[in-house]
Amino acid sequence: MSERIKTGDGGIILTNAEDLMNWARLSSLWPMGFGLACCAIEMMATYAANYDLERFGIMPRPSPRQSDVMIVAGTVTFKMADRIRRLYEQMPEPRYVISMGSCSNCGGPYWEHGYHVVKGVDRIIPVDVYVPGCPPRPEALIGGFMKLQEKIRGKQEQVPELFLEMEAAGQPAALS
Amino acid sequence: MTFQEITDMIAGQFPEYAITAETKNPQPALVVPVQGIAAICRFLHEDERLYFDYLACITAIDNGTAADTMELIYNLTSIPYGLDLTLKAVFPRNTAEASLPSVPTVSHIWRTADWHEREAFDLMGITFEGHPDLRRILLPEDWEGHPLRKDYDAQERYHGIYVRYEDGKTLEPSTDPDRA
Repeated sequence: MSERIKTGDGGIILTNAEDLMNWARLSSLWPMGFGLACCAIEMMATYAANYDLERFGIMPRPSPRQSDVMIVAGTVTFKMADRIRRLYEQMPEPRYVISMGSCSNCGGPYWEHGYHVVKGVDRIIPVDVYVPGCPPRPEALIGGFMKLQEKIRGKQEQVPELFLEMEAAGQPAALS
Repeated sequence: MTFQEITDMIAGQFPEYAITAETKNPQPALVVPVQGIAAICRFLHEDERLYFDYLACITAIDNGTAADTMELIYNLTSIPYGLDLTLKAVFPRNTAEASLPSVPTVSHIWRTADWHEREAFDLMGITFEGHPDLRRILLPEDWEGHPLRKDYDAQERYHGIYVRYEDGKTLEPSTDPDRA
């Protein structure tokens, strides 16, 4: 392999702002550092040395206000549902949700007799990617992230509807 | 001290209560009337020959609407004498004036009974007379009903979320573009 000397007069990349933004977004997906049940153990294993999510630019953040993606890893109980909704609302847009494991996909083993379990986290917040498994292996969670990256790659971000409504109503465009 | 000796001791101490010994199973149990629970427990706790200082567990059982009874099982251990004892109390599922049963508390004898009884109240709806702080312990405060009772019917919604699996399936598909 020949050595390439950095000269400073590098090449030119032609792209559009949208693709650039999407590329930036999908290359540094910061999930919120929280887990709910046994799936969280598998999620932690995915963060750790063997599977090393950080090589995809994925590292957990300690606050919803710094996060791009929420991994709902585990059983969502009704007691927790309000808190999850609250955390989701605190995340800045654009925000994404990965539903990890059977419990948060559809209630899992609690679908019939689990009086305390929300039968799918999509009943409280919108979900982008569902990862099946009980619990899903780290490979499956990485697959979920790949799927999410694919989704972001083709995305055309739109102006928030609230913003358009306010503009149409003649209100100052800046959100108070 | 054997189970039989403990049985005789309690029967001698409380002649007013009908006490029966269940010895068919590997773990023998004393079936005591529910109104005598607190008095018998106090005796077991304080008597110098027994000194049952440790309440390991309180179990509540709903025997269903056909039998129309509920049960409480107290697992006691005497740490200094190395004794174990199981107490059982069987009582109707409802009282005359209320739809839920009522049992005397033992939380003034063993502090640990406080949370055990709150759990039995939360999930089974058993009220403990004289309990200092009978609130739900596991479920949210605004939950309706006691879910481990045999006659429990899940509420339709909790904070606007459908509780049953089927209910959500009949929902109209969301028009939210984020869910597409």
